[in-house]
Amino acid sequence: MKICVLIKQVPDKDSSLTIADDHLTLVENNITWVSNESDNYALEEALLLKEKHGGEVIACTLGKDSARQVLKDALAKGADRGIFISDSSFDNLDVLSLGKVIASTLEKENFDIIMSGLQSDDQGNSQLGLILAELLNMSHGSLVMGTEIIDDSTIRVKKELEGGWFQWTKLSLPASISIQSGINSPRYATLKGIMMVKKKTVDDVTASDISSDALESNVTINKIYVPDKTKETQFIEGSPEEISEKLVELFKNDIKVLN
Amino acid sequence: MKILVYIQQDEGKINSVSLEALKGSQEIAAQTGGTVSALSFNSDITSQLAGYNVSEVLLAEDDNLNIFNPLFYLKAMEDIAKAESPDIIVFGHSYEARDWAPRLSARLDIPLISDCIGFKMEDKLTFIRSIYQGKLNSDSVVNKGAFIVSFQSGAFRVDGLQSGSAEIRNVTVDLSGVSDSISPEEKFQEAEQAVDLTQADVIVSVGRGIGKEENIEMARELSKTLGGEIAASRPVVDAGWLESSRQVGSSGQTVSPKLYLALGISGAIQHVVGMKGSKNIVVINKDANAPLFEIADYGVVGDIFEIVPKLISVIQGS
Repeated sequence: MKICVLIKQVPDKDSSLTIADDHLTLVENNITWVSNESDNYALEEALLLKEKHGGEVIACTLGKDSARQVLKDALAKGADRGIFISDSSFDNLDVLSLGKVIASTLEKENFDIIMSGLQSDDQGNSQLGLILAELLNMSHGSLVMGTEIIDDSTIRVKKELEGGWFQWTKLSLPASISIQSGINSPRYATLKGIMMVKKKTVDDVTASDISSDALESNVTINKIYVPDKTKETQFIEGSPEEISEKLVELFKNDIKVLN
Repeated sequence: MKILVYIQQDEGKINSVSLEALKGSQEIAAQTGGTVSALSFNSDITSQLAGYNVSEVLLAEDDNLNIFNPLFYLKAMEDIAKAESPDIIVFGHSYEARDWAPRLSARLDIPLISDCIGFKMEDKLTFIRSIYQGKLNSDSVVNKGAFIVSFQSGAFRVDGLQSGSAEIRNVTVDLSGVSDSISPEEKFQEAEQAVDLTQADVIVSVGRGIGKEENIEMARELSKTLGGEIAASRPVVDAGWLESSRQVGSSGQTVSPKLYLALGISGAIQHVVGMKGSKNIVVINKDANAPLFEIADYGVVGDIFEIVPKLISVIQGS
């Protein structure tokens, strides 16, 4: 199996975000950057499939220079090589255009499986895996919570539906699979793995390597902002004792869930 | 502005997020002077759809559309989009829609603005998305041409749906050449699905802020002291600290208890959609910027590990 894993670099969930004066970007110097959470699960699933069935795992990211780190982390965990797509002309592309850039990069590799996290923790478009499936003529499955290789040409995936329902679906290979978080327990890099990173290759891809002529974004983000509060929140302050007393009053007299 | 809204059918009924998308479509039409066509792949719901204020109901029927299969749905929608030339195709952001709307975007080569929480009419029709796990919003516009938009659950209130009487028109689709490379099996529920959180008056819910598995016990004790159930946001369930049947949110249960007490939950949209209907939302979080405070009735900026033990003893002493 030749598996590609798409990994995006995003701000850590605990980062406090400050909007820059352009109302479009974030002040970057107080952000801790990490690999997107569900992408970590996708990488682990790819590594597990490789360990069981053999093959190759290639980590791919598209991002700014700092995003090389997510490839290093993936190589340290066991990915065999990396593909780093980066060019300032990609900065403001919408997700369909980014899909075209990535599809054009991955096309020549003839992957059996492309794995991605189901959603990025920054923009959260939740689209890329399916866009690639269409552009590269692959089958697809999204919100996947389990995988099982049936034979050289078929994978069976357990899809999460709403309200606690699931569904197994057979996919002919090649397939693009979007992984839901929680599917496995992502490993940590070992010291040996980290030492191996230097021996592995990362191929750089820039706009000049992209055959697609559709590098024009059709969606424009006009601004980003802190959401307006939709509710009047009454804040309760004091020492932990005082807060607890006030909460109990509230539970008894206003919300009426305590006698 | 010609709006085509796809209405998902679940067990013979209109999917609730689709119905909200229909309301959203009516609102967009009202503000842009457009028309709304509602599209269904199932005749069970068309007469109900015809009772809403839409210009027409389109019905595409084919044996291959009876059970959701993304490739067949895609080809059907591709045929219909070509025949009808809508300016906007609208979806409710259901899990089913997530499994084909993005691919439709690539198929038709038009953008999808996914998972919107609303829209507004400025110089252009502007769509609002929740980004960075609910911490920020963004305003997006489409530069030119047709596009697809999907709306998150809760974006519109269906009690304002306008009624009407529309004609039902059959449309034909040709699914003969569709690949069988995706074959869905029967749906199932995991056996452990035991807890019905929807019946609880009090829910004490924990998020990533709970830190580690041992700390769950403290929250469980508080839930018992309040005569309620313990629940969690997704990261806690993913870590295996609570069973998945206790998860609240888009992939778990949707609840509306008298009291929803959130401990260390930051408030990503996927969680919020499952609990924002609660009668009273009390949020305790040490991060004053946690997005969940935006929908809180009562907020405490503080350390759950200091407050919860005190709270338990105060309740027990009273």
